[in-house]
Amino acid sequence: MKETVMMMIGAALVNNVILARFLGLCSFMGVTTRIDTAAGMGLATTFVITVSSMADWAVQRYLLEAYGLGFLRTVTFILVIASAVQFTEMVIRKVSPSLFQMLGIYLPLITTNCAVLGVALLLAENHMSFIAATLFAFASAAGYSLVMVIFAGLRERLALASVPRLFAGPPIAFIVAGLLAMAFMGFSGISTV
Amino acid sequence: MLIAIASLATLGLALGGLLGTAAYYLPVEEDPVEAGLLALLPGSQCGQCGFVGCAQAAAALAHGEAQPTLCPPGGRAVAAAIAARLGIQVDLSAVTDDRSRLARVAEEICTGCCRCSKACSTDAIIGAAKQIHNVIREACTGCGACVDRCPTEAMTLVPVPVSLQHWIWPKPAPA
Amino acid sequence: MGLFERIFKEPRWGVHPDDRKRPAADVPLRRLPPPERIYMPLHQHVGAAPRPVVQVGQKVRKGQLLAEAQGNISAPIHSPVSGTVAGIGEITAPHASGLGFAAISVDSDFQDRWIDTDPLADPFLLSPEEITKRTAAAGVVGLGGATFPSAVKFSLGRRLAVGTLIVNGGECEPYLSSDDRIMRDYAEQVVDGARIVMHAIGAREALVGIEDNKPEAIAAMKIAAMAHPEVKIRPVPARYPMGSDKQLIQALTGKEVPADARAAEVGVLVHNVSTCAAVHKAIRLGQPLVERIVTINGGAVARPGNVFAPLGTLVDELLAFCGLKVTPSRLILGGPMMGTPLVHGRVPLVKGASGILAFDAREAAVPKTGPCIRCGACASACPMGLLPLEMASRVRAGDLDGAVDFDLSDCIACGCCAYVCPAHLPLVQYFSHAKGELAARERSRLRTESAKRLAQARLVRLEREAKEKAEAAARRKAERNAAKARAAAEQGEPA
Repeated sequence: MKETVMMMIGAALVNNVILARFLGLCSFMGVTTRIDTAAGMGLATTFVITVSSMADWAVQRYLLEAYGLGFLRTVTFILVIASAVQFTEMVIRKVSPSLFQMLGIYLPLITTNCAVLGVALLLAENHMSFIAATLFAFASAAGYSLVMVIFAGLRERLALASVPRLFAGPPIAFIVAGLLAMAFMGFSGISTV
Repeated sequence: MLIAIASLATLGLALGGLLGTAAYYLPVEEDPVEAGLLALLPGSQCGQCGFVGCAQAAAALAHGEAQPTLCPPGGRAVAAAIAARLGIQVDLSAVTDDRSRLARVAEEICTGCCRCSKACSTDAIIGAAKQIHNVIREACTGCGACVDRCPTEAMTLVPVPVSLQHWIWPKPAPA
Repeated sequence: MGLFERIFKEPRWGVHPDDRKRPAADVPLRRLPPPERIYMPLHQHVGAAPRPVVQVGQKVRKGQLLAEAQGNISAPIHSPVSGTVAGIGEITAPHASGLGFAAISVDSDFQDRWIDTDPLADPFLLSPEEITKRTAAAGVVGLGGATFPSAVKFSLGRRLAVGTLIVNGGECEPYLSSDDRIMRDYAEQVVDGARIVMHAIGAREALVGIEDNKPEAIAAMKIAAMAHPEVKIRPVPARYPMGSDKQLIQALTGKEVPADARAAEVGVLVHNVSTCAAVHKAIRLGQPLVERIVTINGGAVARPGNVFAPLGTLVDELLAFCGLKVTPSRLILGGPMMGTPLVHGRVPLVKGASGILAFDAREAAVPKTGPCIRCGACASACPMGLLPLEMASRVRAGDLDGAVDFDLSDCIACGCCAYVCPAHLPLVQYFSHAKGELAARERSRLRTESAKRLAQARLVRLEREAKEKAEAAARRKAERNAAKARAAAEQGEPA
């Protein structure tokens, strides 16, 4: 139990997908201008990462490893992820048009989000059990959402601050992202406990 | 080699089949965005945006072929509403609320041909044939559709002077 | 004030600027002789502008109707002098923009002959409706600065069954002392006016709130109210903006007016002391509102004090009457916190003008602004409990909706935030700009909507016309065919 909790904290905070592994940076910079869109993107990505990691775990275990097709891993994973995103989009569009409206443009973007593929590949390398893999994927995705929302909050404040002309816009956002990454380095003290 | 091809093909087919089935069982009605956008536009079909009418402009907006700032009579309020509806950010500083111009008939050269009143999309021009026409200020949107129709150039757009009620404090200069 | 009161009774909001009311407040009231020509603006109140009823060249007497009210919320204006109507034209408005507005100019004959008035011995025999009617006819509006037609407020108070009348003698703005002066010199008029207003709105008691920095006014009012136990004089702590109705209501009754409600909805109605005196004159003496007490003050004025002046007098003439030490660096109509900067002195005195301030260079100096350090001084000073720093940063970034989310619409533009800001940020100026911008946006939205309605009505009309045309054509064709058939039949028969 303790190992599982530590593994999840490690995945969410210590080895944060965005700030420690530097995956999914395009969405990190792209959709964090407002908190609500960042939170929507975080939720959608969490769902996709969890579902596609489960599917990829099965593909890895029963197809790739069983037939020695490790070299096809990236291609198959992308196929699975793209299908999962498409399927999610269809379901959301049918079930909740308002959520679809909110996520609209961001849903297809998840397909090309390297965080999704990155988590799946990490799982494939670590040979975890199904339960552990699902929890790991969920925790990583939760860490992703957390950082998205925090950064969006910072950028909302930045938009109101009087920033020197040279730094206004993306430059100051990158500097803040760097500071945030350094702050998250503080979590690395937890893992050794 | 064969196994690789076969497995990828099977996987592809299976996922494709799944998506196809899902699309069949989860059909979605037509895009409500366009109708929502049409409701936001003034509906005066003035054509200042470059499209024939508001419905065409709404379609172009929905397909991302036009900017939310396209509607001059709508001004900032409409631009902001469209941007919010489409979930995109727009620089509103370039949009001016150009409600400062109204059509006016020069009585001495109006021939009473009625062409302007037919062109007006808000019925803001009154006057019968061979009678001097006049503009109802409250109904005029300042779109200028009538100006081109007038054969005697009696129709002009004139600026409306700023009144006490419409004056706005200037924004303080940044420190 | 004891320590207990200082800790528990002192309001937590607002600021306490140096009031600078004296020595002007202690100078006896002076009366301005009728000027050669006055310019009586048509629009001196909230609501619709009145319609002129006099002609150029017409002889008028003091108090004669110049323009009659039109619309539900409006007020008439009357001639402040006797003489001849010289013209109806434009004059610079007492407004920061320096734009013009319509005014009727009257050349004085220096006789100051009043119209025939009918003094009334006992106004309490009149019905409240009759008092309201007479107040409306006298052109009485809120003289504290809001200039809302008083009669409309009476009807509102009657409809909402208001129990308490609050008489606003706060006068919290620095420099101003016109209300102070009217309470010292005309306390009986104020008390009598308050009793008439109580009768008109059906209130049971009147609470007169007077800031405790005006001990002479409190003493005079207490003497005047001695015979009338229903009029209670209540000193309140001197604190800006105590003269704002929501703050005064809270200080006197403990009731808080909700954000989207009017004062009458919590059972109180606020009228200024000068308004009460004007109601007294209108009902008891039958004199319409044509003159008022105005404070002339500021570092550039040689003999500051309060002047009883006819409305429509030019600011320049008032300043000349009191003398100028130096050329004023800035002219303000009203108080220094919320008043209107004037572009020049050729601006007429209006009903809502409680003071004219001529500042010298030292008073008019504007400190250099710095960046916001988020100290929160503005948030603790704000009497409405808003967060000026958050609103201002959003307005500066152009995010008006964000500012509205921080309740920009509740801002009363008192200027406390800008007063306390250590960075001297023009906070209240940001809010004034944003409110104007929001109002413009609302107007634009309404216009778009009405254009849409008109366009749809036109489509309906075109459709109907096309249909009628088609029907008419079909009818004609049928008639033609019938005629043809008849003709054929007639031709065929003899053959």
